[in-house]
Amino acid sequence: MSELAEKKTPLYQEHVRLGARMVPFGGWLMPVQYSSIVDEHHTVRNAIGMFDISHMGQFIVSGNDARDWLNRILTNNVANLDVGQGQYTFLLNDNGGVIDDLILYRIGQSEFLLVVNASKIEEDFAWLEKHRQDGTMLKNRSADFGGVAIQGPRVVDLFHDLLGQSVELPARNHIIDFVILEMPVSIARTGYTGEDGVEVFFRASDAAKFWTFVLERGARFGAKPCGLGARDTLRLEMCYPLNGSDLSAERNPIEAGLGFFVDLEKPNFPGREKLLQTKANGARQRLIAFKMNGKGPPPRPHYSLLNNGARVGEISSGTLSPSLNIGIGMGYVLTASARIGTRLEVEIRGQKFPATIEKKPLYKKQS
Amino acid sequence: MNVPDNLLYTKSHEWIRREGDNVRVGITDHAQAELTDVVFVELPKVGTNVEAKAPVAVVESVKAASDIYAPVKGTVVEANNALTNNPALINTDPFGEGWIFALKIDNPDDLKNLLSAAAYKEQIEG
Repeated sequence: MSELAEKKTPLYQEHVRLGARMVPFGGWLMPVQYSSIVDEHHTVRNAIGMFDISHMGQFIVSGNDARDWLNRILTNNVANLDVGQGQYTFLLNDNGGVIDDLILYRIGQSEFLLVVNASKIEEDFAWLEKHRQDGTMLKNRSADFGGVAIQGPRVVDLFHDLLGQSVELPARNHIIDFVILEMPVSIARTGYTGEDGVEVFFRASDAAKFWTFVLERGARFGAKPCGLGARDTLRLEMCYPLNGSDLSAERNPIEAGLGFFVDLEKPNFPGREKLLQTKANGARQRLIAFKMNGKGPPPRPHYSLLNNGARVGEISSGTLSPSLNIGIGMGYVLTASARIGTRLEVEIRGQKFPATIEKKPLYKKQS
Repeated sequence: MNVPDNLLYTKSHEWIRREGDNVRVGITDHAQAELTDVVFVELPKVGTNVEAKAPVAVVESVKAASDIYAPVKGTVVEANNALTNNPALINTDPFGEGWIFALKIDNPDDLKNLLSAAAYKEQIEG
């Protein structure tokens, strides 16, 4: 076992106590499941799931030029952010390839919080530091903070119970500081599941206390701990990309269908020229979402995608959707075969299984 | 973990029940607990000749696909078609309704190479 090499979050002991199965993920030892992936998936769709996200990284950028500098380094337009507001954005290499996808929050007039992927903390920080300008401060605070994503339709009920009925949670994509049980916390209304929910950040030393308290108080609303397995099936039903699977240094946001989070009107940021070219010439491949047409083995990463028998690409993420009870996935295919409604085949152990390209997201909540 | 005494076992977590010239094969309680949430089973075709330790079936959970191996050399004489519509039988009744296939064995002496319940228990608990 490589457990010794993996880092542990401040909630590690809690996961072990709760009987989680721990697996290496992005350099960390993380819970993949507590009860079962399918059960935890439905818990998030129907009640509340709690995920340890302490492995994710937090950087603080500050200084009078912080906003202008971030606007020259990230793809989305930082000028649109009010204090207390966040946005999904990309850090690109000079080729337009994705180094990381992250959420940027403006937490003060000239102060920003970047929440980045666990496996990319060092690489992101090195890239930012390399491009940093005098007068702008950049701090890696990842080790100082723990985090929990609390996701599901009953999250508002839970937080009214915790904070008082009159307290308003932040609006979608906003972040507000609160105090819970004498612990200072930042609550961001965001998530990676397609359900209403929040991501809460707190001092690493408060992690176990916060987790235990919220899990206990949340029990009456159906709250349960959930692992990375359910996090993956939930995000894939929503077609949220996973860096390292659906995004990589060789893929740009236009190919990934995420141009909405790139402001090409901005004068400059790394990769911009390449994205303009992709836009002008058309992407060679595009990230599509698909559903299997019938019962069969679940689609999995790296299986070939065929169109009329010819290989047109491969799967980047695939699973059996617990909500839809059918195989779903995403993959990069040649643009000519990327139209919604196109019939593809997935090659699984030498056999071909029909699938259809669908509009994203693959799962829509019934109102 | 349930490890019935009247069955034989493999290191790769199959159980084997002797039925005259045939053996019935499934995966153990321990294996189904490790896999969790079986969502698909690829069954072998009846009539297929298989070597010992050759992959004959695939059990897929949400996270991963796992090969199931023939415990001994033989010919597939039955496959559990109930798993096609209800793969979760492997989770709910691994030693009963969740059986996967049956083999007509070439040489009953081959069964001597399999693990007893005590030896398998030691493997998973040791």
